Amino acid sequence: MGRYLIRRLLQTVVILWVISAITFFLFWITPANPALLICGKNCNTETIATVNATFGFDDPLIVQYGTYMKGLVSPTGRDIGSEGSERNCAWPCFGESYQNGIPVWDSISDAFPATFWLAIGAATIWLFFGVMLGLLAALRKGKALDKLSVGLALFGVSFPTIVFGYLLLFLFIVKLKWIPFPDTANAALFEVGPVKWLQFYILPWITLALVFAALYTRLTRANMIDTMNEDYIRTARAKGLGEGTVIFKHGLRSALTPIVTIFGLDLGGLLGGAVITEQIFSITGLGKFAIDSVLGNDLPAIMGVVLFAAIFIVLANVVVDVLYAVIDPRVRLS
Amino acid sequence: MTESVTTTASTSAGTGKPFLELKNLQVHFPTDDGLVKAVNGLSFTLERGKTLGIVGESGSGKSVSSLAIMGLHKGSRAKVGGEIWLDGAELVGMSVPEIRRLRGQQVAMIFQDPLSAMHPFYRVGDQLVEAYRVHNEVPKSVARKRAIDLLDRVGIPSPDKRFFDYPHQFSGGMRQRAMIAMALMCDPQLLIADEPTTALDVTVQAQILDLMMDLQKEFNSAIVIITHDLGVVAQMAQDVVVMYGGRVVEAGPVREIFYRPEMPYTWGLLGSIPRVNRGGDHRLKSIRGTPPSLINLPKGCPFQPRCDYQQHVEGHSCTGEVPDLLQIGTEDHRVRCHIETGQRKKLFTEQIKPNL
Repeated sequence: MGRYLIRRLLQTVVILWVISAITFFLFWITPANPALLICGKNCNTETIATVNATFGFDDPLIVQYGTYMKGLVSPTGRDIGSEGSERNCAWPCFGESYQNGIPVWDSISDAFPATFWLAIGAATIWLFFGVMLGLLAALRKGKALDKLSVGLALFGVSFPTIVFGYLLLFLFIVKLKWIPFPDTANAALFEVGPVKWLQFYILPWITLALVFAALYTRLTRANMIDTMNEDYIRTARAKGLGEGTVIFKHGLRSALTPIVTIFGLDLGGLLGGAVITEQIFSITGLGKFAIDSVLGNDLPAIMGVVLFAAIFIVLANVVVDVLYAVIDPRVRLS
Repeated sequence: MTESVTTTASTSAGTGKPFLELKNLQVHFPTDDGLVKAVNGLSFTLERGKTLGIVGESGSGKSVSSLAIMGLHKGSRAKVGGEIWLDGAELVGMSVPEIRRLRGQQVAMIFQDPLSAMHPFYRVGDQLVEAYRVHNEVPKSVARKRAIDLLDRVGIPSPDKRFFDYPHQFSGGMRQRAMIAMALMCDPQLLIADEPTTALDVTVQAQILDLMMDLQKEFNSAIVIITHDLGVVAQMAQDVVVMYGGRVVEAGPVREIFYRPEMPYTWGLLGSIPRVNRGGDHRLKSIRGTPPSLINLPKGCPFQPRCDYQQHVEGHSCTGEVPDLLQIGTEDHRVRCHIETGQRKKLFTEQIKPNL
């Protein structure tokens, strides 16, 4: 187990390194010119040359990549800026934004809590409703409730998030005015209090959860129907167990195993930013940060957000594999 | 089905009624293609301490009947008719909560494939404990002790350690032993074994059958053994029911069925047993054709399309009517065939027996 974890974590480092390299070199293949962006409106050849020298754009790509990686690997970070005005960029140094000069790590740290709460809240909602609806549908297979939940699931999967989000926003904030218009772009629970916090997040949660809830409903239903046809369910009934024990202890336990896997991966993916939902509700999370970075040709910011998101996805994979071995005794880690 | 189900399990002792009696059991499954008549009038009786073998091809209704005795069709789309009397209580009309109290306690079942029949996520011991504690309000430690005792009894080495193993850590034979131990946790009076040895190799098979017979002597339980292996029946059972297409085609004491069978289907089954003492140039005989569709049973005798002896029928038409299950001789030997009984005896002695 210990050796397995160490090996998996080493693999993680390698994967992250490959992702960083691909992102870095892909950026320079694009026709973008960050020097033009940095020097702003009053550009002339002289200022561009200064910018190139300051940011090291004159250096060969491989040297630039080396400098960049030093900031991520070295415990002391690296120095940034032109000679004479150097400043230390502490570990983990993703560099400074080309757009506004703010250290990327600071922006990510600021944006992450919003994304975190968005993802966690939505995950709770979709897991609860998805599993519950799927379970009910499976147990009432072929009946009205089953058809209703399958229909809802189809609706949820097909409804584009971007339309659904704006509809919710329009209906509950603009038309019905059940929820006040949010006056902040990043509600922290301890600053604004639970009521405002919930008002801020409830619509984004529902928006983000819809598609996932629909998928999980279908998945739970299919798994549960399969499981309830297993021989060991018949054995459980033959022992004289009550139907509740049969369904929850013997049925759902097996049916949820694959869902744990997918849930881990989905959540891991979302912790790197929910682009569309954050955009609709103007939440300054990682997803919005990612869009702004890409649109601004902001290499340090892009690198930062890509690597940060990748860490969650890769770690989620490790966690899921370990969890699977905990849940299913037939799986051995080696 | 009109009989009251309020009679409790213990009242029939000494009333002269058989311990287990099936009367005209019917199990039908409505499907999109039509009504599947999986069991179509099965009747037999069984006393405690005795073993009944049910024999037949796949799809002849063997397993479906046993699930009906356990009430495991309740809640599914299956339509169960007829009567099942167990120790004075009628099971077909019984409600699910009532029959649940009997399951595992009075009637227990051993399933065919112990790997898929045990839950892969729970320890073998815990699954045994669960079977005990559902009917007995005892602390875990008591149930655990009983589970380890029974694992020991069915011949699992160091049962106190194997208690903590998962089913996949057991070998096939050990799993079947554990399955038997699980079925015996509550000392059931009736044990239904659905092809208990089909998934096992012959050596282990013999051990498992010996074990079941030993345990039967000890607990005085009645056993229904379902199999398509006539060797198993010969070893275990006192009475045999041969099923074909959801119907009984021949029934009687085991010696009658093996030494004086009268139904062409039984002849075919007996003829298809491989024998080591036969010359090497003999082909293994099989019954031609395939088992009938249970939605559209052949007209008349269900075995008629596969029967090679129809020219010996006089006065009846094999494709016309279903032959009745008629008693022949004195020993409760019943046969469903249009061929006249004297003619059947002659055919068996002259044509079938020499080739067995």
